[in-house]
Amino acid sequence: MLIVGKAYNLEEIRVAVIKISPEQIKTKKRRGPKGHAVDLSALEDVRNLLGDESRQRDLLIEHLHKIQDHYHHISAKHLVALAHEMNLSPAEVYEVASFYHHFDVVPEGQAAPPELTVRVCESLSCSMAGAEDLIQSLEDGLDGKVRVQRVPCVGRCQHAPVAVVGQNPVDQATCNSVIETVQKKAVTAPVSDYISIEQYKADQGYQTLKKLMEGQISEESIIKKMEDSGLRGLGGAGFPAGRKWRIVKGFKGPRLMAVNIDEGEPGTFKDRHYLERDPHRFLEGMLIAALTVGCDEIYIYLRDEYAGCRQILQRELAALAANPPTDKYRLPPIHLRRGAGAYICGEESAMVESIEGKRGMPRLRPPFLAEVGLFGRPTLEHNMESVYWVRDIVEKGPDWFSSHGRNGRKGLRSFSVSGRVKKPGVHLAPAGITVKELIDEYCGGMLDGHSFYGYFPGGASGGILPASMGDIPLDFDTLNPHGCFIGSAAVIIFSDQDKARNLALNAMKFFEEESCGQCTPCRVGTAKAAELMQQKNWNQSLLEELSSVMVDASICGLGQAAPNPLRCVIKYFPEELK
Amino acid sequence: MAANPEFMNEATVSFNLDGESVTAYPGETILQTAQRLGKEIPHLCYKEGLRPDGNCRACVVEIEGERTLAPSCCRMPTEGMTIQTQSERAVKSQKMVLELLKSDMPQQGKSPYKRDSELDIWADKLDVGTPRFPSRKQPESDLSHPAIAVNLDACIQCTRCVRACREEQMNDVIGYANRGAHSEIVFDMGDPMGASSCVACGECVQACPTGALMPAGGVGLEVPEKTVDSTCPYCGVGCLIRYHVKDNKILYTEGRDGDTNHFRMCVKGRYGFNYIHNPLRLTKPLIRREGVAKTTELLDPNDLDKVFREASWEEALEFAANGLKNIRDNKGKKALAGLGSAKGSNEEAYLFQKLVRTGFGSNNVDHCTRLCHASSVVALLECLGSGAVSNPVEDVKKAEVIIIIGSNPTVNHPVAATFMKNAAANGTKIILIDPNRTAIAKYATHVLQFRPDTDVALLNGIMHVILDENLQNDDYIAKHTEDFEALRIHLKQYSPEKVAPICGIDPDTIREVARLYATSKASMILWGMGVSQHIHGTDNARCLISLALMTGQIGRPGTGLHPLRGQNNVQGASDVGLIPMVYPDYEPVDNPDYQKKYEQLWKTTLDPERGLTTVEMLHAILNGEVFGMYIEGENPAMSDPNQNHAREALAKLEHLVVQDIFLTETAGFADVILPASAFYEKTGTFSNTDRRVQMGRQAVTPPGDAKQDLWIIQEIAKRLGCDWNYSGPKDVFNEMRQAMSSIAGMTWERLEQEDSLTYPLEKEGDPGQPIIFTDGFPTASGRGKFVPAPYIHADEMPDDEFPWIFITGRQLEHWHTGSMTRHSPTLDAIEPDPVVTVHPDDLEKMGVKAGELITIESRRGKISAYARADLGIQPGCLFMAFCYNEASANLITNEALDPAAKIPEFKFCAVKTQPGGQLPPRIN
Repeated sequence: MLIVGKAYNLEEIRVAVIKISPEQIKTKKRRGPKGHAVDLSALEDVRNLLGDESRQRDLLIEHLHKIQDHYHHISAKHLVALAHEMNLSPAEVYEVASFYHHFDVVPEGQAAPPELTVRVCESLSCSMAGAEDLIQSLEDGLDGKVRVQRVPCVGRCQHAPVAVVGQNPVDQATCNSVIETVQKKAVTAPVSDYISIEQYKADQGYQTLKKLMEGQISEESIIKKMEDSGLRGLGGAGFPAGRKWRIVKGFKGPRLMAVNIDEGEPGTFKDRHYLERDPHRFLEGMLIAALTVGCDEIYIYLRDEYAGCRQILQRELAALAANPPTDKYRLPPIHLRRGAGAYICGEESAMVESIEGKRGMPRLRPPFLAEVGLFGRPTLEHNMESVYWVRDIVEKGPDWFSSHGRNGRKGLRSFSVSGRVKKPGVHLAPAGITVKELIDEYCGGMLDGHSFYGYFPGGASGGILPASMGDIPLDFDTLNPHGCFIGSAAVIIFSDQDKARNLALNAMKFFEEESCGQCTPCRVGTAKAAELMQQKNWNQSLLEELSSVMVDASICGLGQAAPNPLRCVIKYFPEELK
Repeated sequence: MAANPEFMNEATVSFNLDGESVTAYPGETILQTAQRLGKEIPHLCYKEGLRPDGNCRACVVEIEGERTLAPSCCRMPTEGMTIQTQSERAVKSQKMVLELLKSDMPQQGKSPYKRDSELDIWADKLDVGTPRFPSRKQPESDLSHPAIAVNLDACIQCTRCVRACREEQMNDVIGYANRGAHSEIVFDMGDPMGASSCVACGECVQACPTGALMPAGGVGLEVPEKTVDSTCPYCGVGCLIRYHVKDNKILYTEGRDGDTNHFRMCVKGRYGFNYIHNPLRLTKPLIRREGVAKTTELLDPNDLDKVFREASWEEALEFAANGLKNIRDNKGKKALAGLGSAKGSNEEAYLFQKLVRTGFGSNNVDHCTRLCHASSVVALLECLGSGAVSNPVEDVKKAEVIIIIGSNPTVNHPVAATFMKNAAANGTKIILIDPNRTAIAKYATHVLQFRPDTDVALLNGIMHVILDENLQNDDYIAKHTEDFEALRIHLKQYSPEKVAPICGIDPDTIREVARLYATSKASMILWGMGVSQHIHGTDNARCLISLALMTGQIGRPGTGLHPLRGQNNVQGASDVGLIPMVYPDYEPVDNPDYQKKYEQLWKTTLDPERGLTTVEMLHAILNGEVFGMYIEGENPAMSDPNQNHAREALAKLEHLVVQDIFLTETAGFADVILPASAFYEKTGTFSNTDRRVQMGRQAVTPPGDAKQDLWIIQEIAKRLGCDWNYSGPKDVFNEMRQAMSSIAGMTWERLEQEDSLTYPLEKEGDPGQPIIFTDGFPTASGRGKFVPAPYIHADEMPDDEFPWIFITGRQLEHWHTGSMTRHSPTLDAIEPDPVVTVHPDDLEKMGVKAGELITIESRRGKISAYARADLGIQPGCLFMAFCYNEASANLITNEALDPAAKIPEFKFCAVKTQPGGQLPPRIN
């Protein structure tokens, strides 16, 4: 039996109530206390998997992964046993497990999914590259032992379309290449060639960190350099990094640091790009930030889709611990935490919730994470790339960074470019470059047979602009007047063979699936918007009214930005709606 | 309320609200400030008492200088802020949120499940018309629970139920699962509510704004004729409850605010009221047909007509009183005995004991306190001079450490347990000491699952450590206690190493617990029947008292000793003298001064000798000393140990008057049965576990010819020669005030006004004293007394023939002998069958599957019940509730008594088991 798109099948999930007769309930009551009895053999399974690891609450997602990895699903009895083992209620564990797409919770009496899952990305770039045809052909071509799942962006957009067999990504996937990979049972993620700790150190790596640890550089001088560089947070929100450091340092410790590598914005893959090449540059920057600000412990949150990066980090964190920059001072503890398939966890407060082992539900602010963050402590939260540049800024000086730039803007940006261009990929380019310059100078121009029609300047949430507006400098703030933003600098180029309204619908469905479900404007708003957008004639005034409320009243950036593509279609592509 | 609450010292905040300059009190949100000023902002996910969550966004307002709107329920105003609650922009979002939610209601219309859905109210107020959006696919109804209907098609995902379940009651059943538009409220793991771990406290129903969660059967749609503010007939917590009444029937209930329960309730209080509408209620007086002999068999209600005939009240009262009078006049005053009830009001209990003392002429009066906290009270009176709790339950939130010993509060005092769980969530350490790992263990930092029966050894071990490590409070000991030296010497032989093998707790844990308790700023001890129902129950309590005294953990907020009272009025019934050794206010009957006091008050002569206790009465019947009894609202044929013996005694009585609301197991032995009133059918005061005297008000009238108990007692008394003329409970209460200095200052009028007053309240206008022993004790010396307790075994230890330990207690849904709860269709449906809890490993050894019948046999009797596997039970032990007449646990139990308190050893006897068995039909 082939199960298609299970995790995305609304009908199956919604009506969760299992049928049970009064007589069955009565018998059940004779057997055990209310609710689910702990199955002793399942408890033993769980205890074996967890070993002597701590049962503390924040490790819940980590422990769920152990069960999922081992059994390829999480049965009700294992879930109950895990709850028992962690002194949690089944409801607490279930709501967390069911929140994340990468956990397959199988209720009592229901069949487990096949052991192997092929995840096919259906987000913007992959969709343009024929994901739908691929899914159709895989559904026809694979036998029943494999589940084909539609999934949101897996962060490999330059290789679209992408399928992931188990944890093994198949780039430019075809039905044949995927089936071949399945048949070879090649299900683990390959690990890229990257700069090892030895090479990194040979290139003067970790010297700055060493100096900082040994007191040869002052914390203040580093913060000053960060401020002077003008570096802004590269996760999307663009908060000035130096100022953030100063603010967090101003709150009374103990402080924590959380690094966001939940790179889930469709079209974005720059963090993966750097991690796969130079992980220690990131680690050094992260440690400089933590020590400068005075954070006692560091949590790295890595999206689960980046299985290859996970291996790199596991390996290199161990290497770093074994070979620290200096023996005189101890490095702060670094915890590597694994996401579980939830775009929302890229939102900083949702990520913090997820690190605490909970559902990734964004927090209301104030208070801000800088004051009340992870485990209630002042927290320095950074995107991975933001700290990746720290070493260079400290060593080469703030001017090195700010000297770059074009069209009156300053700094460097790592553009993740995908879509209808000849050379998609991560392009480090001056901030303020226009999309047309980017296509021409960095991407080798449009694909043959395609002419430039429009672009997403900042992933699915940053809005859509037509080719006629291709001369706007791409940077923080420059796009705001046009109802767009650069976000994580994920530029998706589409052509005359694409329809903006279809891409906007793709984006809205993505937001609907990825909304955490907490606030009404986002949870209900994205669903209603997606429905209205599937009608032939858009009810533009209602969509606009809904959009403005989503922007105004949603808790977090997801709901606030979700209407951007839709509004841009109404504004810039009116002919498509006629 | 304190005169100067903390927050009065904090600064207020001035800001601009809709163009007006306003002031927020410290801690007030924008919404709260606006509400206080009479402004209306729509809100759905916000509910007073629950943590604001800010998820529905109906209450968003515009704050000048902010990019997006802000949820007024969560935002604190800051100095100088400018806020618009009704700007075009704010109202647009408020209305859109309501419209979006309404578009996903059934038929996109008003809630079909609740008359006053908050969504409908706000949608009407803001003029939200027909939703312009398509509806979602709706989930199906879940009607699997007997008490609660789940209709998630009316759910707006505001998570009020989740917060009520998880953060307030902390039952942890409801979750918010899945994600985005798939998000849904689930029970456990998406289970039908009826098959989930839901304990039906109903807090979620009370919290739900739209009727997605409602009482089953659609009663929420009925319009009540009236509401009655009263309390609860079940446990000693005494929750304040509002009853919604129509056609002389209670439709549904609602928690009220007050320190007792803060709106909270449990399944019994919320859904267990309907026993009073059971058609099996007694509605006519009944007289035993002539010539029908009494046997030890329980009466099958189908045979009622063969055994009893209906009679008029006049005939029945004459018959009842004459039978008693004849015995009194011919066989002596001590040939009669009375059992009153802790279910009755203070006024009923007072009159009942007065009837026995003045009408029967002896002190042979007792009630179920004998089976419950008699040993605790004896120890407390002996050591501290007062049998009452020192601190209220709510003090747990002020404690740093709580010891819960021999108590299963989530089952027996569910609302009190919620406060303990809340305290734990706020960092209070709970130390659970119990042979069973009960539900509260989830919130405990230390669980000492010790061997049953070894309390004294363990507690002595803990005290040994305190002295050994010099953690005792020498100042307190010197100032407020006596006889410490005897205890010090006694404790020498109880080192942790010595007691560890006895009680099965390792020495380090004993040390850690001792240190925690002794050194915390405030430590409190709460206990239940696990402490009291042993032949060493008094010793157990003495140890707890010594522990508190030697550490000075008493007399301050968050400290003290709290024996959690079982019945809703066991505290009051004892206070008013419904016990054989004392008059009201615990004044000993064998003290001539008190005897004189009551002879003057009651204008009669009184018996200077102590009377018989419950179990002693039954012995006395078999010994030919007692021949007639008046039993009001008690059920010894189910509640007393070694029931074959108890039933034999009841059958032997020459004249038995039973006054009750159902044909109880005991009523079958009666010569005359007087149909009485249920809690909801009368007015009176009830004293809860915290010493709060609370007003219970009549909500409905008794069915048929059933009469209020106060009237019946008085009619019997008159016929026994008492010259009584009380016009109602108020008259009785006023007489009680004359007798009892503890409530001398409590007026009926103030009780009517305030509903709940704490004693001691000696002078009118006093606030009452929630915490006592703040400066010494009401003993002769003014000091608390240490009474060393040596470790002894239970009366009947397991042996090769009877290797198991049998422990009795209660279940959440069933009250004591089940006469109320098994007649409640709701509670009966939730727990329909007799079950005995067994550790799954033991079941495997027995070769029995969970859910199959097993047979349990002691030297006294034999029963069969379904084996329920429970990891919390200790291997080698069996636990069972005593409410099932088809499998009556008290056929098994041992009637051996604690020498000081005469309480039977319900918590320990030896049994053997075998797989299988026969479950006789249940007798209704």
